[in-house]
Amino acid sequence: MSDLHANSVAFVRTETIPESPPPGVASGPIKWMRENLFATPANTLLTLVAIYMIYLILAPTMPWILNGVWNANSLSECREILNGKSGACFAVLSERWPQLLFGFKYPAEYYWRPTLAFVLLFAAVAPVLFFDLPRKLLVMTALYPFIAFWLIWGGTILVPILALVGCGVGYAVYQRFVASNFAAGFFGGIAAAFIVWSLGGAMIPEGASEAAMLQPVPSRDLGGFMLNMMLGVTCVSLSIPIGIALALGRQSSMPIIKWICVVFIEFIRGVPLITLLFVASVMLSYFFPPDSSVDLFLRVVIMITMFSAAYIAEVIRGGLAALPKGQYEAADSLGLDYAQAMRLIILPQALKISIPGIVNVAVGLFKDTTLVSVISMFDLVGMIRGPILASTEWNGVYWELLGFAALLFFVVCYGISQYSQWLERRLATDHR
Amino acid sequence: MSEAQMKVSDEIAITIENMNKWYGTFHVLRDINLTVNRGERIVICGPSGSGKSTLIRCINALEEHQQGSIEVDGTLLSSDLKNIDKIRSEVGMCFQHFNLFPHLTILENCTLAPIWVRKTPKKEAEEIAMHFLEKVKIPDQAGKYPGQLSGGQQQRVAIARSLCMKPRIMLFDEPTSALDPEMIKEVLDTMIELAEEGMTMLCVTHEMGFARQVANRVIFMDQGQIVEQNEPEAFFNNPQSERTQLFLSQILGH
Repeated sequence: MSDLHANSVAFVRTETIPESPPPGVASGPIKWMRENLFATPANTLLTLVAIYMIYLILAPTMPWILNGVWNANSLSECREILNGKSGACFAVLSERWPQLLFGFKYPAEYYWRPTLAFVLLFAAVAPVLFFDLPRKLLVMTALYPFIAFWLIWGGTILVPILALVGCGVGYAVYQRFVASNFAAGFFGGIAAAFIVWSLGGAMIPEGASEAAMLQPVPSRDLGGFMLNMMLGVTCVSLSIPIGIALALGRQSSMPIIKWICVVFIEFIRGVPLITLLFVASVMLSYFFPPDSSVDLFLRVVIMITMFSAAYIAEVIRGGLAALPKGQYEAADSLGLDYAQAMRLIILPQALKISIPGIVNVAVGLFKDTTLVSVISMFDLVGMIRGPILASTEWNGVYWELLGFAALLFFVVCYGISQYSQWLERRLATDHR
Repeated sequence: MSEAQMKVSDEIAITIENMNKWYGTFHVLRDINLTVNRGERIVICGPSGSGKSTLIRCINALEEHQQGSIEVDGTLLSSDLKNIDKIRSEVGMCFQHFNLFPHLTILENCTLAPIWVRKTPKKEAEEIAMHFLEKVKIPDQAGKYPGQLSGGQQQRVAIARSLCMKPRIMLFDEPTSALDPEMIKEVLDTMIELAEEGMTMLCVTHEMGFARQVANRVIFMDQGQIVEQNEPEAFFNNPQSERTQLFLSQILGH
């Protein structure tokens, strides 16, 4: 090469250099450890210190966990069994297991009902989360709210059927009118559903609930982790569509819609959730007709949904803002109308960008459902703080109970987080 | 290429009369009058900021004009959404940055509008899409996503996507400005082929070779006005206004 260069600068390559593998890309655990744990003396020192720290933490906790007592009737019995040794008193979990899951008032003979509802939840959620599954499974998703309501609350089956019929009629009316005018379809559908509900509600005979197949259980008897799951699932699934609507409304060119959305979002975001929950528990009934008693569960659902919908709306607005203007223009120039452009072009991309933010809000919302314990609803934390820790048998078993609560929430939240990461990978189309 | 193939009919495709547009208080388009016959190939050039892109974006209502009238294919462009959607489905547009939909495959990009706007059955829409993808010579990329294609390929997909709507008029907004030099030719070849088939075209471009070969009229714009328009030969060889001469000497003189 140098000879050639010495003679002249002109150079013509006549053969292509063949591709060759990169040098020395050996792999294996030893190489990984050498690179990541023992690369330099300082690195080695830090590794050793870290190992010692882990040892310091595990040395007392592992015996505590492994020595745990699972069968006892009270804390004092636990202590007798342990006989001075270090050990956890997990017996509280086994003894109060149903209370932790279902609350202390839900009739024990009906525990199978919420359990069944929980199992069915997976079938209902699967086709939404994993869109490669056949679309026909969405029927289950559509029916699930009514089935779950009937299973958990019991009472006459006419109520969920009436609710379902109302939704069906509303949707039919919407389909009928939406082609000519979106607003007519939308409000017509809602009005039709309300007409069906109020007419049907008058027709359900008095006392139908007592004779029903499933004995009715009032909302105030719900509790435990079941209550957290119910609030979490209901509020997340309601707040995402409402959040999308608010985000689009905030971008609307129609000033009234825009300002309603802006005021709603800014107001709700500016108020602590606890305040909204107190409003739900004591004040919200003032806003409903005097003779109607709106269920406390429903009031809490409304408040948490509004709260997280406002946050989700802002997250989605970020996603919308991140889309290049060219996407809107391309959709417009092809002749797509507003609804089509949003549904087919804008929202799929904006929502994909917003996944981390939406999941953030969803996880936060799920954990915030424990706040209902301050308005004396006995969710998992409410149960632990109230009936269980206050009982003479289990007064003082903080670590075991709160650790268990933390573990339950962690499992669910980590699951949500893992799902969202899978979803992001699955939807990545830009640089494969 | 024979001139006989590229006949211009007497039928009028676009009429723009006394059109004015402002951005805030900035007067971007001033008293634009333009009539385009069916089958005409018009190249619009001019310095940046002269309003040439804004002009063609007004034609399919991506920009709103405040004064004057635009009539496309006999439909008057007003604020009526039905008219706008009708015009947009008749007028195809290609952008400088392609604006393909990155979350859809090439084939889905092409079938989306026919399926949702024209209500074409999916199967038929896919056949149409493959036909046009073959025309722009990338049928083998149909299953890929836009991010996997080169710029030139993406722009050809964008052209195919517009053609799937069977437009009667095509607008090109600097279609080759964002491309590497090697890829400009493949896009221009596609556009030339389209012109030979008699498509009515308005192109904002600085490809003067393309203008000479394909255009039957070149329009020069500056400061929001049409300064000069002429047949390409006369326009390039004998520009009348001083500003046109200066512009041509700047873009051709190196």
